[in-house]
Amino acid sequence: MFLKEYITDVVTGVTSLLKGMRKTGYYFTHPKEIITEQYPDNRATLLMSDRFKGEVVMPHDANNEHTCTGCTACELACPNGTIKVVTKFETSPEGKKKKAIDTLVYRLELCTMCNLCIVACPSDAIKMAPNFEHSVFDRTKLTKVLNQPGSKIREGIE
Amino acid sequence: MFSLEGITTNVQDWLLMKFNPTMALAIECVIVILLSISLFAILGLVLVLMERKVAAHIQIRLGPNRVGPGGMFQTVADTLKLIMKEGLTPDKADKFLFNLAPFVVMMVGMLLLAPIAFAKNFQIWDINIGVLYISSVSSLSVIGILMAGWASNNKYSLLGAMRSGAQIVSYELSAGFAVLTIVVLTGSLQISEIVNAQQNGWWIFKGHIPAVIAFVLYIIAVTAETNRAPFDLAEAESELTAGFHTEYSGMRFALFFLAEYINIFIVCAIGATLFFGGWMPLHIGNWEAFNHIMDYIPSSVWFMGKTFFLIFLIMWFRWTFPRLRVDQLLNLEWKYLLPISLFNLLLVAVIAILGWHF
Repeated sequence: MFLKEYITDVVTGVTSLLKGMRKTGYYFTHPKEIITEQYPDNRATLLMSDRFKGEVVMPHDANNEHTCTGCTACELACPNGTIKVVTKFETSPEGKKKKAIDTLVYRLELCTMCNLCIVACPSDAIKMAPNFEHSVFDRTKLTKVLNQPGSKIREGIE
Repeated sequence: MFSLEGITTNVQDWLLMKFNPTMALAIECVIVILLSISLFAILGLVLVLMERKVAAHIQIRLGPNRVGPGGMFQTVADTLKLIMKEGLTPDKADKFLFNLAPFVVMMVGMLLLAPIAFAKNFQIWDINIGVLYISSVSSLSVIGILMAGWASNNKYSLLGAMRSGAQIVSYELSAGFAVLTIVVLTGSLQISEIVNAQQNGWWIFKGHIPAVIAFVLYIIAVTAETNRAPFDLAEAESELTAGFHTEYSGMRFALFFLAEYINIFIVCAIGATLFFGGWMPLHIGNWEAFNHIMDYIPSSVWFMGKTFFLIFLIMWFRWTFPRLRVDQLLNLEWKYLLPISLFNLLLVAVIAILGWHF
């Protein structure tokens, strides 16, 4: 009984090791599997994965409209004060007062790309962009205003 | 056909013509020393590059590819960097032993080079107890490692060295038994006779089951003896920073690094000699035409090809297998490899007596 266990131990051990060697041997003999991106050389054709988190951006559509309501949920969610929402009150043609953003200030140098602001946003106004080439010579350039000048909130977003 | 044997004979004839025999011997010694040192240097550069490339391709990476075409000169650049670096000796270290240790480790590698047959009739010293010499000298390398660990005056170094001691002492046993298998089949300890016995087929084919088991045991045991992953407990980057060579820097570190790769080369060369016929070309039974074509490939190419195949195998192990813990390491040796190799030795003795091998 003991001997049987011993032999099965050896056999299962060896077969599992051989399985691993088969996998790595396959990778070794198939160079097309290589996933290395030779970054500065292939800058034009560089493929970034969709889930890569490089910086926070606010998408605008063709009419220069965004979906940010100025609710400051992102500002509250941010653990290290990266986002500052400056709100203003807009008067609609009917004379109704409505809260909107003046500027959404984003400080890239403080951001840890934790994604909490994107999760917190109720209207999907902000998202993570895969851009990672952030180096600048002046630190003030890292403080960005996310909403484009003259942009306004899209109709029907509350 | 190109042959290293012709070159050595010509050199000896020329030296004997010009000088008296003692002088000629002395000059030959110098040539051999220079050749083995340059072999070491070249092997170090080639094997480190090979390891990095093999590792990269196994892990779906590219590996070094910037210095020279395809990263060819990466290791040359690394060596230059290491030469430039300061070789620091810790304050409380035992200065003498600390500085001596890397050279002891290197020296063992050099001594092991002596009985290896690199090509037909191309051998530094065809000693008649070649296999015994190899197994006795190879166990000396643990002294260099213990020396390094002790002299560093660092707890990580000492732990690494002690682990290395336990490891080498235990795995010497199964490596020795695996080598004995071939000695039983050949009936000789001399390297040249072991190679000649494989004229009509390599031992791994002729000795069938016990030879294959012995080869597997040998490869596992020498991987452990050279302190390579999955048995790299002496270095153990994740636990002991760098084990016995934590305190070494610059060229002395490079010597340890070089010694590791030289040891791999040597154990693979011995494995190729014992199991794959050394410089013997591949001959298949009565296929006269095939055997003649194989004979046209120089014997040195055969030897190097087999050795590098085994080196690749060991590198493949390193980048595939998970690491072992210390207790698992000793379990593997004392509970699995040693009983199996003892049983295998018995089996091979029976087969050799009854003549069941080919």
